[in-house]
Amino acid sequence: MESYAYSAPASVAETVALLAGHADAGRAVQILAGGTDVLVQMKGPAHTPRTLLDIKKLDEANRLEVTPEDIYIGAAVSSARMNENAELKSALPGLMEASDLIGSTQIQGRATICGNLCNASPAGDSIPAMIAAGAVCDLASATGRRELAVEDFVVGVGKNALESGEFLLGLRLPMPSTQTKDAYLRFTPRTEMDIAVAGVGISLTLQDLVCTHARVAIGAVAPTARLVPEAAAALVGSTLDDDALEAAAQACRDAASPISDKRGTVEFRRKIVGVLCKRAAAQAAARVQGN
Amino acid sequence: MARMHIESTINGEAREFLCDADQSMLDVLRDELGLTGTKEGCGTGDCGACSVLVDGRLVCSCLMLGAEAQGAEIETIEGIAENEKLHPLQTKFLENAALQCGICTPGIIVAAKALLEKDPNPDESKIRYWLAGNLCRCTGYDKIIRAVQDAAAEMSHPA
Repeated sequence: MESYAYSAPASVAETVALLAGHADAGRAVQILAGGTDVLVQMKGPAHTPRTLLDIKKLDEANRLEVTPEDIYIGAAVSSARMNENAELKSALPGLMEASDLIGSTQIQGRATICGNLCNASPAGDSIPAMIAAGAVCDLASATGRRELAVEDFVVGVGKNALESGEFLLGLRLPMPSTQTKDAYLRFTPRTEMDIAVAGVGISLTLQDLVCTHARVAIGAVAPTARLVPEAAAALVGSTLDDDALEAAAQACRDAASPISDKRGTVEFRRKIVGVLCKRAAAQAAARVQGN
Repeated sequence: MARMHIESTINGEAREFLCDADQSMLDVLRDELGLTGTKEGCGTGDCGACSVLVDGRLVCSCLMLGAEAQGAEIETIEGIAENEKLHPLQTKFLENAALQCGICTPGIIVAAKALLEKDPNPDESKIRYWLAGNLCRCTGYDKIIRAVQDAAAEMSHPA
């Protein structure tokens, strides 16, 4: 029987060469970042031996940069490291909240939001927040680099758009203006160590109390997190009055196609995603106004 | 398959070991290095019994490969006491009877020490959230929280 192999390449070039080599030889390979999903999967019966490519030695994957133009979060940057970056927290409080909700202190010490994205769980907390913040995936392969919006990256339950020989090197996000703030809210039965029943990420821009730009994304209520342009359209041009918030909530309910499981029913998830939309919009707006 | 040769610093001491590519750091500590103070609870990162520090970061050693320890500094429960002198957390856990079966205790002490190094004066809520990833099925947690509070007080104002 084949056995597992481990390699920690020192450069992106070496990583993509190893990925391409494995693809050509028909050998299974998997990227390892924080490992908080991969190691659990390895203990499952369905996991077959493969080469684990650890990207934590890559300088580029360890980049965490906040500049006046944009923000880069490398695929090896742990949630704990993100949490220690004051500039990031102030620029994207919603994304930070989502990242901070994932797992315990111990999990935060290893887990990465890029891994949360690649794992492509419908309930992945960071994904709606990334979509709301306008995050773009920086993908590397032997043929070069390409960018893909986060909302187009997850294509199904546990499925992402990575091509053979390609990996996620990091996320690039636009630096929000001083009039733009985000928020992420989820519903869970317990306050800690739980998985979202529904979640909503929102980024809002306000000019003189009028919403001039919005991005709204829903999570855990469909096979993938979804951008809901209709909800954003309902908010733009409004002062976030009750009618606008109700229209945005309705757009979220309409965009949801939830399942019933032990954490919640279809009806409950659909209702709660609307409630979370209103609350997240109010929270993002309050943040713009400095409250 | 050839085993991997890994060098790391464990509790301040340079150590080397051989491990399989898919062997967890927890199994390396217990089975290769004889450091059995670190416990296995769930093996899937839910219970925190296997908590260790890796380059100063609190992690579940069951969710880390031994191979990932190359060049890393690792601290385990065995490194908490100074020879025969117990750490204040250990003393206060004894005084408060903050353990019963004891399986979760090494992980909780490692985690609590990491908290007190980051925040010497955490309030109860902060302690509870920080330790939310350390499950204890015996104590009901109150004694654990009190032991951590007592240790924090003693470390800030040594008697």
